[in-house]
Amino acid sequence: MKNLKRVDIIFGAYTQEKYKVLGETLKKSSDQIISEVTDSGLKGRGGAGFPTGLKWKYTANEADPIKYVVCNADEGEPGTFKDREILTRVPRKVFSGMAICAKAIGAKKGYLYLRGEYVYMLPDLMAELELFHKCVKENNLDFEIKISMGSGAYICGEESALFESIEGKRGEPRNKPPYPTVSGLFGKPTVINNVETFVNTLMIMRLGADEFKTLGTSDSRGSKLFSVSGDTPVAGIFELELGMSLEDFVEDFGDGDTKAVQVGGASGFCVPRKKFKDTIIGFEGVPTGGSMMLFNSSRSMYNVLKNYVEFFEEESCGQCTPCRVGCQQLKLGIEAVKKGEKSATYLDTLQKLADTMKVSAKCGLGQSVANSFSSIVDNFKEEMIY
Amino acid sequence: MPEIKELVKQLADKHGRNRESLLPILQGIITEEQSISDVAMSEVAEELNMSAALVYGTATFYSFLDTEPRGTYVIRICKTITCDMKGKKQMIQTIEDLLKIKVGETTKDNKFTLLETNCLGWCHKGPAMLINSTPYDSLDVNKITEIIMEYIRK
Ligand SMILES: Cc1cc2nc3c(=O)[nH]c(=O)nc-3n(C[C@H](O)[C@H](O)[C@H](O)COP(=O)(O)O)c2cc1C
Ligand code: SF4
Ligand code: FES
Repeated sequence: MKNLKRVDIIFGAYTQEKYKVLGETLKKSSDQIISEVTDSGLKGRGGAGFPTGLKWKYTANEADPIKYVVCNADEGEPGTFKDREILTRVPRKVFSGMAICAKAIGAKKGYLYLRGEYVYMLPDLMAELELFHKCVKENNLDFEIKISMGSGAYICGEESALFESIEGKRGEPRNKPPYPTVSGLFGKPTVINNVETFVNTLMIMRLGADEFKTLGTSDSRGSKLFSVSGDTPVAGIFELELGMSLEDFVEDFGDGDTKAVQVGGASGFCVPRKKFKDTIIGFEGVPTGGSMMLFNSSRSMYNVLKNYVEFFEEESCGQCTPCRVGCQQLKLGIEAVKKGEKSATYLDTLQKLADTMKVSAKCGLGQSVANSFSSIVDNFKEEMIY
Repeated sequence: MPEIKELVKQLADKHGRNRESLLPILQGIITEEQSISDVAMSEVAEELNMSAALVYGTATFYSFLDTEPRGTYVIRICKTITCDMKGKKQMIQTIEDLLKIKVGETTKDNKFTLLETNCLGWCHKGPAMLINSTPYDSLDVNKITEIIMEYIRK
């Protein structure tokens, strides 16, 4: 790679002594842990980018004696596969991060919600979990992790839908507020973080907030795993510093003919070639849970958009009308324009529908359909029509 | 059906009889039977002391908790964008030719069901598929033919 510096923290080798960093961290006080995570500037790696230290602090401040730590391993966003790799190669770091959180907020029980597609990993995860439970006991921490399985529903990655699913119900998102820090799993104060976020908290404990901060930019601290797929000679998982320009990224990962990059999966944004230069990947620019899909000039952006809209139509939980009906109508609408049954100006009507979904849908799924819809239609209008 | 009653009881002994136990029990039925019949749903309702409607409503929400009859081996081909670009159509065509069924159908001997699914988390190695819970990636016509032939011989 010419432009971007690769980092090797997340997949770095385990310490020789099992769970050494965890053991040392558990000697710290809850306040010490939370202030270090806060100082590091770490933001959630699941997509939304909420400051992790704040989330832990809010939950720690709740008086309820029962609290939960939940790890979101639903990883359903198209183009994302880094959590699978983390759980395959360094599950110990994920469990350690969850235990550190448990100590910080005062939780006795944790759940790892694993998508049904990854059930094949269960034997290895259970073996590591056995080691983990032995280690926390040796360190006098009363904390137990249970693995809950999903069953093929993208919406269960949305935090409140995920709680419903663990509780044995349909994975339908709840109204917010209340937020999980106040009322999450089983109505109790809950910290829910992405797999990678938990690994990052362990790394902060090991390296210290100051060293962690040397990576990335002031708005986007640390390194990030990127799942790179599509038209690229080097598809795979790469740990890179946040805050890079998309132009540098494409120079390193493109096939020389990159026409667009979809940043953040189907619910993210499509950036066309002419905007590569001015696009920063990070919380100050285009945020991403790590999904980077490259398209070269042989690809029809109409097919890309249609694939995304179909994805949302199928994965919508159907609970609220803007999303349930909106997704169907967007799909029918672009098909009609493509076939010439509707004029090109109908795309403007569809844009308005997408904007309405953004403000009226109940959860992030319906609200984010407009991201890919508008960014693809705006930038590739001719391809939508002809 | 005494067997299904026995299975549901075993699963409830293992996972408990609370609302929280419902999904693990339904997932356990899928592992053994590939689909959840009406009879199985009533048994679960009875064993967990909840309404059958509630069990049905929960099961039908999840795409892997099939309530339609399925073959012994359920093949799910990823149809999301990267796999689509990397030759998903050809993979479907190959399986359709080998098994003489279309997407959504089950072979006459009840051995295979062919379905499509959304992103499996193997996009960098697309096209990808699941057969029951086993993932297969980096597929091409030769590789997928070999895999399916192996299952045919099972
Ligand atoms: C439709 C939808 C799907 C989501 N899927 C995931 C997911 O698979 N994994 C994940 O970590 N977060 C997912 N999220 C975000 C979660 O709701 C939540 O913000 C996240 O788990 C918080 O963790 P973080 O702060 O560590 O990022 C999803 C959100 C929405 C709206
Ligand atoms: S926006 Fe879509 S997924 Fe979210 S609650 Fe409404 S229907 Fe369900
Ligand atoms: S698009 Fe097929 S595995 Fe992700």
